[in-house]
Amino acid sequence: MAEFLSPLLNLFPEGLRELILILIQIMLIVLPLVIAVAYTTYAERKIIGYMQVRIGPNRVGPLGLFQPFADVFKLMFKEIIIPSAANKFIFFTAPVIILFAALVAWAVVPFDDGWVVADVNAGLLYVLAVGAAGVYGVILAGWASNSKYALLGGLRSAAHKIAYELAMGFALVGVLMASQSLNLQDIVRAQSGSIVHWYWLPLLPMFVVYFISGVAETNRAPFDIAEGESEIVAGFHVEYSGMGFVLFMLAEYASMILISALTAIMFLGGWLSPFQGTFLESAFAWIPGIIWMFAKIAVLLFLFIWFRATFPRYRYDQIMRLGWKVLIPVTLVWIVVEGVAVYFKLGPWFA
Amino acid sequence: MLENYLPVLVFFVVALGFSLVMLLTGFILAPRRPDKEKDSPYECGFAAFEDSRMKFDVRFYLVAILFIIFDLEIAFLFPWAVVLDEIGGFGLVAMGLFLLILVIGFIYEWKKGALEWE
Repeated sequence: MAEFLSPLLNLFPEGLRELILILIQIMLIVLPLVIAVAYTTYAERKIIGYMQVRIGPNRVGPLGLFQPFADVFKLMFKEIIIPSAANKFIFFTAPVIILFAALVAWAVVPFDDGWVVADVNAGLLYVLAVGAAGVYGVILAGWASNSKYALLGGLRSAAHKIAYELAMGFALVGVLMASQSLNLQDIVRAQSGSIVHWYWLPLLPMFVVYFISGVAETNRAPFDIAEGESEIVAGFHVEYSGMGFVLFMLAEYASMILISALTAIMFLGGWLSPFQGTFLESAFAWIPGIIWMFAKIAVLLFLFIWFRATFPRYRYDQIMRLGWKVLIPVTLVWIVVEGVAVYFKLGPWFA
Repeated sequence: MLENYLPVLVFFVVALGFSLVMLLTGFILAPRRPDKEKDSPYECGFAAFEDSRMKFDVRFYLVAILFIIFDLEIAFLFPWAVVLDEIGGFGLVAMGLFLLILVIGFIYEWKKGALEWE
């Protein structure tokens, strides 16, 4: 990257070059991410359409491909209603916090060997920390709207988010025990070998728990009680319109993609080729790692959409029961099992 | 070591700027025609009959407390998990005891019904 851009970078004084390089890298993540978010909404409508034997958006542009842009431009020109009873400052801080939290976690996500903006040693902790910051946005949005639906939606959403965050944290402890590193790149490297060395198999319960918690964390169906459109209309963001609403949508889909990326990194070998260690390895060696990474993210995103088309919504008490009484005990048991396995060097997976 | 965090800081600034600019475009481009009825709290068409700054269920508080306890537990588990290979059997047993104490607390809250929602 630095060599490739060196003629351009030489235009800038010595001290600024690094900063410019970082900014370019960040733009290379944020702008494609926004486009990916736009097309995830399109893909969602299209896929759910096909699953329900209809076509989905197909009028705006060829195959409906301009639909997400039409939506964004429409929302840009929509009035931003400021509820008279709302606390104005907090009302507009909340969506900014949520989108901020959904974006900054991408700083430590590696797309290929060395392709990461910030190669931080405590990457996993960082991801957990900024992931948790989104809960502030939800609570503040619900409270500041000064509407009963929003308040209840915000409380419900925050309570179930933190419950599933625990399950996620415990699942990550399992990944840590296997990889012995908090650095996301090291975690992917520790999975090299073959497809059975990826942590999805040795840590199968953790993988399942992590992905289910991820779906719940992002308020996606079947865990979308926070915005349950038929009960509390739209939950914590019921009072938001226009661009305020766009920020919430953007954050939701960006964190969906983030959860998919993190699941791919921690359980599905990140940028590693699935043919590693088999006779097909050399035949597929020409495919760059980033393509594998994107393919894994796409498959996991498809699962998100598939869940939405398939499952009915959980009831709130069922959600809390699943989080506290099923997922957390499962991870606790697996931490003990894995601790013993690591100590006795059992199996081929725990070195 | 710490200089690895410079990109994170820059990312913070960019993300914040991006979010604010997004919000700002809405304010610049969109019309603004306030109306008393339009700006009133949305309650499915009815007039709001009291303020939403109301009492809420104590169980949300309970969940938050439990979250703090278990999040602290995760904070203790992380460093242990990273060096598990080096600390050997003693470390394993020590964390086993710690987990056991927490599991006893967990069973207690389960039996007490702190996790029930009906």
